Amino acid sequence: MEYRNVLTTCPYCGTGCGLYLQVLDGKVVGTLPVKGHLVSEGALCIKGWNAHAFVHHPDRLTKPLIKENGQFREASWDEAYGLIADKFAFFRDKCSPDSLAVLSSAKCTNEENYLLQKFTRAVLGTNNVDHCARL
Amino acid sequence: MNRLEPLRKVVDDALDKMDGVIALRKTSGLVAPYLFRDKEELDELTISPKYPTPAILRLIQTAHPEAKLGIVCRGCEERGLIEMAKRNQIDLERIRVIGLACTAEEAEECRCAKPYPSVLIDTHVGVRTEPVVNKLTEELRQKDMAERLEFWRSQFDKCIKCYGCRNACPQCFCPECTLENDLWVDAGKVPPPFPTFYLIRAMHTAGKCVGCRECELACPAHIPLTTLYTLIREEVGEMFGYEPGVDLEAQPPLVLPMEVES
Repeated sequence: MEYRNVLTTCPYCGTGCGLYLQVLDGKVVGTLPVKGHLVSEGALCIKGWNAHAFVHHPDRLTKPLIKENGQFREASWDEAYGLIADKFAFFRDKCSPDSLAVLSSAKCTNEENYLLQKFTRAVLGTNNVDHCARL
Repeated sequence: MNRLEPLRKVVDDALDKMDGVIALRKTSGLVAPYLFRDKEELDELTISPKYPTPAILRLIQTAHPEAKLGIVCRGCEERGLIEMAKRNQIDLERIRVIGLACTAEEAEECRCAKPYPSVLIDTHVGVRTEPVVNKLTEELRQKDMAERLEFWRSQFDKCIKCYGCRNACPQCFCPECTLENDLWVDAGKVPPPFPTFYLIRAMHTAGKCVGCRECELACPAHIPLTTLYTLIREEVGEMFGYEPGVDLEAQPPLVLPMEVES
């Protein structure tokens, strides 16, 4: 028998509200707002209140899927990343770097967004980088 | 008076006999409810800010019906347990309630009519303070119907329909919530219909709202929800002579069959 709350940041938008994932016997069972949190001050929106719902959801993808002939099939992470890298290299080298564009996310941390623009500019070689908050 | 050290001592003693004690724990500067089982962790036990712990007792007890659990309770939380027990949501036989009196400042902030537990507890930490009068309730009572409607309309205009009031409420435990029923509330429309949305919740918690203020504290729009429910609680008191959370034996009016006048 174990009950505890794990502090985390809401994954749904860029505001950064604090929330607790309620953990009962090793399973995530609910969400609580964090009282006294600098950003969210003990409140959440409807998305934050339901942030626990996808964690153990049966529809959640747990393995990479590759689409072949209109059908998805499960793949290993190595195979999926290999395919992504090959396709990026193909379009960068055979077409042009500017044939590629990257959209980052307000859900990411500053560090993740920094890494993504660095990857876009330094590895892919294009300035085509933007983020979902401007869509 | 320092309540923390005496409370730690009481919880320490309780852990000798109980499988665990539900209380608040401070880690990384932030406070969350926690099921204490290991005495070594008691230096992390803390008192405030309060959380809806009766709902957490229900959660743990549902998964572990045989467990003997302790729970640290303020006055409002004890009242909440009483109403939940009347509706078979928790089993009082297997729990031990450790009382914690609120300070005068805490009572003032919550506008609390009874800032200490006294019914279920066998131990008690802190000094009992005086009840506080809810000034906003008094002000609203002075206004006429049209003014009151306008006041609530302007308040509920701010609602972002987060369902936080329902989610935070220890008395909201229905498996299916009317507020998610398309018949009453259209999905995806904000603000929700006035006054239906708010009165559904107010009516469904009438006779069991104990004024713990968790709804109000969870509200991102700072709507004074507890004041609305206090006004309805007073009406229920006048009409049915029932006050939620006070007496374990008294039957709530919405649970009793209606008497037909002949």
